[in-house]
Amino acid sequence: MRFIFKTDYDQDIRLAKHEGARFWYSALVVALLLAPWVLPEYWLAQLTFVLIYSIAGLGLMLLAGFTGLFSLGHAAFLGVGAYTEAVLTNAGVPFPIAIVGAASLSAAVGWVVGLPALRVRGIYLGMATLAFGFIVEEGLARWDSVTGGNSGLQVKAPSISGWALSTATEFYALCLLITILATLGVLNLLRSPTGRAFVAIRDSEVSAQSMGIHLAHYKTLSFALSAALAGIAGALYAHKLQFISPDQFSILQSIDLLLMIVIGGLGSVHGAFLGATFLIAMPQVIAILKDYLPASIGQAPGLQSVIYGAVLVSFVLFEPMGLHGRWLKVRTYLQSFPFYRKGMFKRQKSFQKSDRLR
Amino acid sequence: MSAILSAQKLSVRFGGVLAVKDVSFDVQAGEVFTLIGPNGAGKTTVFNLISRIYHPTTGTIDYTGPSGTLRLTDHAAHEVAALGIARTFQNIELFEFATVLQNLLIGRHTQRRSNLWQDLLFTGRVRTAELEAREKVEEVIEFLELQHYRDTLVAGLPYGVRKVVEMARALCAQPRLILLDEPSSGLNVEETDDMAFWIQDICQELGVTILMVEHDMSLVSKVSDRVLAMNQGEVLAMGTAREVQNDPGVIEAYLGSVSDVASLRRPVALKGTGTGKTTGADR
Repeated sequence: MRFIFKTDYDQDIRLAKHEGARFWYSALVVALLLAPWVLPEYWLAQLTFVLIYSIAGLGLMLLAGFTGLFSLGHAAFLGVGAYTEAVLTNAGVPFPIAIVGAASLSAAVGWVVGLPALRVRGIYLGMATLAFGFIVEEGLARWDSVTGGNSGLQVKAPSISGWALSTATEFYALCLLITILATLGVLNLLRSPTGRAFVAIRDSEVSAQSMGIHLAHYKTLSFALSAALAGIAGALYAHKLQFISPDQFSILQSIDLLLMIVIGGLGSVHGAFLGATFLIAMPQVIAILKDYLPASIGQAPGLQSVIYGAVLVSFVLFEPMGLHGRWLKVRTYLQSFPFYRKGMFKRQKSFQKSDRLR
Repeated sequence: MSAILSAQKLSVRFGGVLAVKDVSFDVQAGEVFTLIGPNGAGKTTVFNLISRIYHPTTGTIDYTGPSGTLRLTDHAAHEVAALGIARTFQNIELFEFATVLQNLLIGRHTQRRSNLWQDLLFTGRVRTAELEAREKVEEVIEFLELQHYRDTLVAGLPYGVRKVVEMARALCAQPRLILLDEPSSGLNVEETDDMAFWIQDICQELGVTILMVEHDMSLVSKVSDRVLAMNQGEVLAMGTAREVQNDPGVIEAYLGSVSDVASLRRPVALKGTGTGKTTGADR
């Protein structure tokens, strides 16, 4: 069991709360930096996808996990980012400008979508964002002159002042850099007044308002930031696949994103990464399993969907806090061995919550 | 003394219900002003009018801040805190999945000085502001003796402590006027005593004006300078706790009128009347 003795207010502000955290996160970064030399090309590509999805997950986590606003159309922001990046890159715009453009346009669209969020919440917000997702998908398919319609769009490799990042390793390094920057940005936000305002809105709008938090401002801000991160992820996604078409940004993609953060653990930054890892690793695991299963099951169509569904249902039922919540429990079990009690993480039901002003 | 808050002829109508009817009162700077009244009297509605969650159908509220008198009814709900008015809620509206410390830091929101970009980069300015906020928050924690709960999630705290945390959060905003909605509801006798003590301290030591809604008359008479009694949206009486308690209108609102009491009285067997049996005709 680790006891942290606090002697300084700075300790509560620091990102790494203790020596152990500093060591393990540094180790993780070193491992990720060494990955291109260790992993075969296929697995490196999968790792790149994990990073890309993590960025999108961070965005959705900020919105759903920390501000409490659910979006069922997040793939649309991914799409806006991807297409902006593709069009700009193909027009010869250097990568740094193109990605800022992709993020800005996504953020602007997110801001607009955030406006209905001021009036509707819960399932109704879900429906509004779902409709938005369909509109964007349809728009991308119909706007032939720019997006190439349903036949899709080729995307050139990113280039920074004449240096084209065409190899897998170079692109992986780029994704890693952007992921680290995005993570630091989100963590900074969460330990500052802006992030606390988001959490306040999630937990009680009426008292957030009475504490001086401008609901409209922070809700649209959360949407814009979330969309910007999704846009950045979309831009990298476009480069990684080198070919984009509207059906990649359909409702299935939106659900994948939502599934990712729920399985990862709503309300934790770790959750976005764990969820992304899960989302990318799961099809691989299923593919490996297929060979060991009897043909009647292993070769059955829709096996993947069944497993995905089963996993999601069991998470909602047995581990609402997701993979990160499970990890916390395992860690507490080990740290406090043999004193772990079954109900340690059980939350007291709240009966006092007022519904009067909702 | 001067009025810090002045409500003039406030009325609010929800559909066919006139929840508050022509209510006028002044809260003097530095006093403890209490609203009492039976359930449904419109006390919390008055609070919600002041914190701008509701808009009055007619009437105005004026607030005298450091920069002069302004019309509160022209300001949006999120601006009220910055003007120096903080509040608590009857049913506790804390941020449940955040620690006590984070809740109190959210109370400091009106004092934020950084913008989004500075927050994203966590610049030196943000860090300094955070440390400063923390020091202010620690003062409140010490004042209300919450040290023990600093890093606990609110979701895991007992009711009595949550009440105190909510008051602490309001204090963190460094208000000039604090609205306490039933500070003692759900508290045991001991906790209520502590609450009375803190309310007096907040008023006298910190110089914060207090406007509260309260049912516990012993607490009300212990701490209030003036009491306003309401019933069915109307003002019944105003004065010191003793005056209001002895006001016939107030007694009637709480206990019913003399005629009501008579009609409720159970027929009692009268001694020495022989039969020991009473009928309706005896009355």
